Amino acid sequence: MAEKFEPKIVAFLCNWCTYTGADLAGTSRIQYPPNVRIIRLMCSGSVDPTYVLKPLLDGVDGVLVGGCHPGDCHYQSGNYKARRRIIALKEIIKNAGFDEERVWLRWISASEGQRFAETVTKMTEFLREKGPNPMRQKWAV
Amino acid sequence: MRTVIPVENGDALAAARGFLRQLLEAGVVEALLVPMETPSGTITPALVTDPDLLAAANPFAPVMGLNAARVVGHVSVREPRGKIGAVLRSCELRALVELVKLRQASLDDLVTIGVDCLGTYDVPVYVELHGQGQVDMAAYLATAQSGDLSPVEGYAFRDACEMCEKPQVENADIALELFGADLGAGIPITLSDELAEQLGFAPQEGDGRRAEVVEKVVAARTQVRDERFGDIRQRLDEEGIEGVFAACVRCHNCMTVCPICYCKTCLFKSPVFDHEPAQYMNWARRKGATRLPADTMLFHLTRLNHMVLSCIGCGMCTSACPTNLPVGRVFRAIGQQVQAVFEYVPGRDVEEPLPLVTFREDEWMEVGEE
Repeated sequence: MAEKFEPKIVAFLCNWCTYTGADLAGTSRIQYPPNVRIIRLMCSGSVDPTYVLKPLLDGVDGVLVGGCHPGDCHYQSGNYKARRRIIALKEIIKNAGFDEERVWLRWISASEGQRFAETVTKMTEFLREKGPNPMRQKWAV
Repeated sequence: MRTVIPVENGDALAAARGFLRQLLEAGVVEALLVPMETPSGTITPALVTDPDLLAAANPFAPVMGLNAARVVGHVSVREPRGKIGAVLRSCELRALVELVKLRQASLDDLVTIGVDCLGTYDVPVYVELHGQGQVDMAAYLATAQSGDLSPVEGYAFRDACEMCEKPQVENADIALELFGADLGAGIPITLSDELAEQLGFAPQEGDGRRAEVVEKVVAARTQVRDERFGDIRQRLDEEGIEGVFAACVRCHNCMTVCPICYCKTCLFKSPVFDHEPAQYMNWARRKGATRLPADTMLFHLTRLNHMVLSCIGCGMCTSACPTNLPVGRVFRAIGQQVQAVFEYVPGRDVEEPLPLVTFREDEWMEVGEE
């Protein structure tokens, strides 16, 4: 019998808000699926599109980019720039034959441990429904 | 001011050379960056200070070996620099606008001399035509009047030119407006009153057919463009980018010739993607096989993300591709979609900020809040 599909999510979280929110989820003992692999960055504005593309091409099922709510960026405007960059990225990959719904951008503050757990839960369920990233099978990418 | 460069004996090229010479001799500029005919029959841009050498200048040469906006950057990017006149076709002018925004070129001390573009050949095609004595400048320039732009029979213009919907000069200090003109009689130009006075030109209207002919050319080219965009979108949809670019050898030629891809510290020229041999084995085991050279689609997708908003459609990427991949078509077709999202037209206005370096707080408010 085939193994049950469990999606893998790579998350790029900003140091000041979303990563701290994830930390709060942990210290508050809030349960969320273990499907997410977290990478901490200083700012969502420092997420180069390459960071999102590389795991997607390697076959990761979803990429989550987490930053501070608009107006709350530790560096004033990093998240506004991230917003434009992710919008461009999603438009590009959609037109290049990829499923842009596998890329999520979410604003989660340092006090929103609950929201972080809910986001990961929702994304995991969404990707379970969607199924594995076809790139898992494509050796030619 | 609109005026006309007089043409003698039907030789528009000689008249244009004379005009360029006048720019140097009147001290409008200290040097001209202009396409020059070489003894071997090819064309290369050169920075010319000696007026006598302008006998080899060819501002209308129907060949494009590089987007000259790149080299305008080299000679203008920082002070001290000369007062330079740069002869550029429309796609080169648009690339220059983007490079100025990217701080890789400067319009200070620069006089842009724009030339309506009647279509260009790839270098090998031009060299072949030249070798056979088939480069007939008068016949080529004659196509400007009717707008029935056509290559020498049996040959084709570059892919990007065939679908170029912006061949006319829009923003230049001096515009050589070829479309609609009888170039055997005179070359209509637009320039500032101040420059016209310095050069001794009095206002003179052309026959006013330019707009009409431009419209005709643009309509024909737009139709070709839309068909090709349709084809490439269908291929991307069916085969994915990995299908369309399956034959890519990752030579980076497309990036090297791209006027927008200027980064000297490009990630793809760095050792970041020099993986350990064991890493390739891991990938091969995971998917059963792994394409080599690795990270090829990552390269194209990253380049799309980094530069496609500024893609002005010169198609040098297609011209430079050793495996004849439709790089320019892919980038233009995707670029059109992404540029529309940001309502951005690359090359339109030097004051218009690049979409990825600017933002508004109150845009896309719903994104990230789900």
